[in-house]
Amino acid sequence: MNKRVVPGIVLLAVGAYFGFVVTLAAFSGVNGLGFGIPTGIQAAIAALCAVFGAIWFLTIDDVGDSTKPAAWLAGAGIVCFSIGSYIGLFVAPPEEYMGEVQRIMYVHVPSAWCALLAMTIAFACAILFLFRNDWKWDARMEGSIEVGVVLAFLLCCQGAIWAKPTWGVWWDWDPRLTTTAVLLFAFLGILALRRFVDDPVKRGIWSAVATIIAYIDVPIVYFSVRWWNSLHQQQSSPGTVSKQFWLPLRANAFGILFLMTAFIMLRARISALRLKTELAPPPLAEAQLGEAV
Amino acid sequence: MIDALRKELLLQWRTRAQFMAVFVFGASALLLFSFAVGPNAEMLRQFSAGFLWLGLLLSSTLTLSESFHAEMENRALEGLMLLPVSPRVIYYGKALANWLQLVLLGCVLFPVMVVLYDAGTTDLLRLFAVILLGTAALSAPGTLYAAMTAQVKSKQTLLPLLLFPLIVPALLASVKATSLIVLGDPMQQLRPWITLLAAFDAIYWSVCGLLFGRVVEE
Amino acid sequence: MEKLARRYGRRWALADVTFQLAAGRVLMVAGRNGSGKSTLFRVLSTAIRPDHGVGKVGGYDVAHEREDVRRISALLAHQSYLYESLTAKENLNVVARFLGSDDEREVLDRVGLLQRADDPVSTFSAGMRKRLSFARVLLQKPEIVFLDEPYGQLDPDGFRLVDAVVQELKSRGATVLIATHQVERVRGYADGSITLEGGRVVARD
Repeated sequence: MNKRVVPGIVLLAVGAYFGFVVTLAAFSGVNGLGFGIPTGIQAAIAALCAVFGAIWFLTIDDVGDSTKPAAWLAGAGIVCFSIGSYIGLFVAPPEEYMGEVQRIMYVHVPSAWCALLAMTIAFACAILFLFRNDWKWDARMEGSIEVGVVLAFLLCCQGAIWAKPTWGVWWDWDPRLTTTAVLLFAFLGILALRRFVDDPVKRGIWSAVATIIAYIDVPIVYFSVRWWNSLHQQQSSPGTVSKQFWLPLRANAFGILFLMTAFIMLRARISALRLKTELAPPPLAEAQLGEAV
Repeated sequence: MIDALRKELLLQWRTRAQFMAVFVFGASALLLFSFAVGPNAEMLRQFSAGFLWLGLLLSSTLTLSESFHAEMENRALEGLMLLPVSPRVIYYGKALANWLQLVLLGCVLFPVMVVLYDAGTTDLLRLFAVILLGTAALSAPGTLYAAMTAQVKSKQTLLPLLLFPLIVPALLASVKATSLIVLGDPMQQLRPWITLLAAFDAIYWSVCGLLFGRVVEE
Repeated sequence: MEKLARRYGRRWALADVTFQLAAGRVLMVAGRNGSGKSTLFRVLSTAIRPDHGVGKVGGYDVAHEREDVRRISALLAHQSYLYESLTAKENLNVVARFLGSDDEREVLDRVGLLQRADDPVSTFSAGMRKRLSFARVLLQKPEIVFLDEPYGQLDPDGFRLVDAVVQELKSRGATVLIATHQVERVRGYADGSITLEGGRVVARD
C-alpha cells in the first residue's frame, strides 16, 4: 500500500479513538482510556484529526491509481456507521421531550457537518484550481460538489422528516434548513453548468468561479434567514446534548466522514480519468518538416 | 471605465425597444401575481413588496442575458478582450449599465405596484435607496453569470438556475426593506436590512470583478 | 512559435505547428478548410489559449504575457467583432476610446466607408463589414497583424485595397501573417509561406 496514506490513517485513527472509542469503552465499563485529557479537549482533538485526516486522504496524488484506500475507508465508514446506528436506534434511551423522533439526530447532525465539510473542500479546490491551474483540483472539486449535493439533499429530507412530527409541518423556515436548501440548489446549478459545457477548460474555470461565488453566499444566506425568521432550536452539538447521546452521534459522524471521503476519492478518480482522455496531448507528427521560414 | 460604460449605454439606447418589452413583461408578471392571491386588497398590500421584487428578479434575467446578446452576435466581446483593455473595466462597465437599467426598471415598476396593490409610500427617498441597493445585488453576480451562460446553448435555463439560489439573501433583504417602507416600520427594523444589502453588494461587486477575467478569457 | 497545439472540444484543431518569422516579413498561411489556420491565428493573437506548446509573438509569450501580445498585435478574424446596432463610426469609436486614439475618420476613409459612417452595421453587406473590420485593425496600429481570410467576401476593388493595405503595413515595418485561399495572389508579395493540413505544417518555403 502507498506509504503516503499512513499519516491520513493515523490522523483518522487518533480522531476516531478520542471521538468515540474512549466513550464506547466507558459505556461498556472500561474507564481511563482517555489519558486523563478533559473531554472537551478530547472532542476538539477528535474533530481536528478527523477533518485533517479526511483532507489528507483527498490530497494524496497517486491514490487515484488505486481504489484500495478508498475501499478500506468506505469499509471503516460502514462499520462505524453500523455501530453508531445500532446504538442510536436500540441502545440509547429515547429523549425526554422529543421521544423517539429525536433519534434521527444521530444521522442528521453528522450529515450536516459532513455536507458543510464537503462544500468547504469544494470551495478550497475551486480556489486552488484557479490559482494553481492543476487539473487534479478540478477533479476533486467535481467529486466533493457531487457528494456535498447528495448529503445536502439527504439533509433536507431528514430535516423534513424531523419537522413533521416535531412542528407539525414538513418544511420549516429554520435558518439552517433553508440555508441547506439554498446551498443544494446553488450547487445543483453548478453541476448543471458542468454538464452543459463541453470544453474542459471552460468547464473547470466556470464551475470553480461559480463554486467560489456560491460558497461565499452561505454565511450571508444563513444570517439573512436567521434575521428573517428567528424562532428555533439551539444548534445541536455534542456539548448541548447530554452525554449518553454522544456515542451514537460521534460514531455516525466518523462513519459518514469516512464514507464521504471515500466517495469523494472515488468520484474524483472518475473525473480525473475522464479528464485524462479529454486533455490527452495531440498525436505526434510522423515526421518533423523542414526548416523555419 | 467611463469608455466601457459609455459603450454599454449606447448599446442599450439603440435597443431601447427591448427595455420596453422587459418592462411590459415585469408589469404583466405583477398583474399575474395578484391572481395568485385573489381580489383581497389587504392581502395584496401585504405581499406587494414580494411581488415587486419577484417581478424585478424575473425581468432581470431577461435584461442580463440580453446584455450579452450584442457581445456574442459577432463575438464582439472577444474583440474587446484582444484590445489592451483590462477585463475588469469591461465587467464594471457592463455591470454598471445593467444596474442602471434595473434601477430604471424598478422605478417604473413601482408605480405599477402602487396602482395594482394600493401599496404606496411617501418615503420615496428610502425606497429609491432600497431599489438602488437591491438591483445592484442583482446586477453584479447576474452580469458575471450572464457572461458564462451567454456562451452556452441553453442559456435561458442556466442563468436563473445559477442566479436565483445565490440571490436569496439579497431578495429577502430587499423584500423586507421595501415592505417595511410601504407598510410602516414601527420597530425600526429597516437599518439592518439595508446594511445586509450593502454588505452583499460590497462583497459581490468586488469578488465578481476579480473573477470576470477568468470567465471570459479563453 | 513552436509545437503549438489547441483542442476544440475533443478534437485537435492544431496538432503540432512550429515556425519562426522575422519581424517585418509577410507570411502566407495556406491550407484547406478546417486545416487549423484560424485556430493558429486565434492562439497567436491570444483569443484562445494554447493547450500545449509555447508561442511567442514579438518576444512575448501568448499564454502568459497576453497583455503585451495584445498591445502589439491585431487580428482580423472570421467574426467581425462589430456591434450590429451601432453605426460604423460608433463601432470604431468604441475601439478608439479604449486605445486612446482618434483616427476613426482617417481609417474609415482608408477602407472607403466614409459615406456610410453613420449607418448602423446591421444594414451593411458582408463585404462592407469586412472593410469595417479592416478599419478596426488599422486603428490598432499593430506591429504584428494576423489577417484571417482578408479577401473573403470582398469585391475586386476590395482585393486591391487589401493588397495596398498589406504593402502599407509592411512599409511601416509591421509583420503580417495572412491566412488565405487566394494563394496565387498572396504568393506575389509574401516573403514566405507555410501550408497547414490537419493542424500540422505540411509544406514550407
